[in-house]
Amino acid sequence: MTYLKSFAAISLAVLSFSALADSGVKISEPWVRATVPQQKATGAFMQITAAKPMRLLEVRSPVAGVAEIHEMSMSDNMMRMRQVKDIALPAGKAVELKPGGYHVMLMELKGQVKAGDKVPLTLVVEGDNKQRETIEVTAEARALGAGNMPAMKH
Amino acid sequence: MKRRFFLLAGTAGMLTLAACEREPKPHYIGLDLTGGDYKPDFKLSGPDGRVYTLADFKGKYVMVFFGFTQCPDVCPTALSRAVEIRSKLGADASKLQVIFISIDPERDTPELLGEYMRAFDPTFLGLRTDPQNTAQTAFNYKVFYRRVASGSSYTMDHTAISYVLDTQGRMRLGLKHQMTADECAQDIKTLMTSKYTL
Repeated sequence: MTYLKSFAAISLAVLSFSALADSGVKISEPWVRATVPQQKATGAFMQITAAKPMRLLEVRSPVAGVAEIHEMSMSDNMMRMRQVKDIALPAGKAVELKPGGYHVMLMELKGQVKAGDKVPLTLVVEGDNKQRETIEVTAEARALGAGNMPAMKH
Repeated sequence: MKRRFFLLAGTAGMLTLAACEREPKPHYIGLDLTGGDYKPDFKLSGPDGRVYTLADFKGKYVMVFFGFTQCPDVCPTALSRAVEIRSKLGADASKLQVIFISIDPERDTPELLGEYMRAFDPTFLGLRTDPQNTAQTAFNYKVFYRRVASGSSYTMDHTAISYVLDTQGRMRLGLKHQMTADECAQDIKTLMTSKYTL
């Protein structure tokens, strides 16, 4: 049961960066997993809450040649990762991009992402009215070996 | 019919007796792979250019995970958990060697594997080999992996179990990805203190 306590403590300790765009989409705790020099790919994670129903269509970052939205799934102890077309953002409900679920896959990295780096991300969202909007987010890079705070059992 | 009944009763009695004489089989949270059809030995290269086999770790418990360094989620999560497991083992941490075997040897160079392991724990060892030996080693652990095209690149699907071998290099435990560091450490402690003989 001690892990529950440590989870609570860690959750409180995690710095929270929030951004609220004109579109009413709130991005909380964006972070990127830092890399070692030769590593060419990593993941970006965040919580997204839309005021009205929207979809996340695309993510871009100047640090990566390619960025894709992926979903991780586990069945029979086999981990699978697949690109998804988009992620539905229901009104008022936080959608988590976190280890064990969705993540933004940053590929063809142009250089090492060091812990503490501020990584710019551009999110493209679309509402029911087909209006597209872009949201600029700055994600902080967390050390590769720093643990998986929100990763496992919740 | 009568004779069969007596035979059955006799067998059951003998089993009960046998069970009483031996230490009970310990209970694990993870998968008890003891006695399973695994061939855990390997011949793989380390970042230092050395060739490693299980004989190099005789007397230690060995935790093996198969993965790749371009992995955004499962592999760093498993390795971070391994760091936590070692810290929860306290003084027994030195008895546990963590080994990461690459299933993506084309991209995972020895240097990259070395750097990647150091980012977690300098005692972790990242090993690789040629594609054919990679396939054979994974097969010996019943590990599945496959390349999946993704955009201009590819990613890997793979088994996400951390395997634990005993000090004799025998397959003992499968720690599932969903298990917490506490649960894993508890299983490893159970294995370390178990007097159950194979």
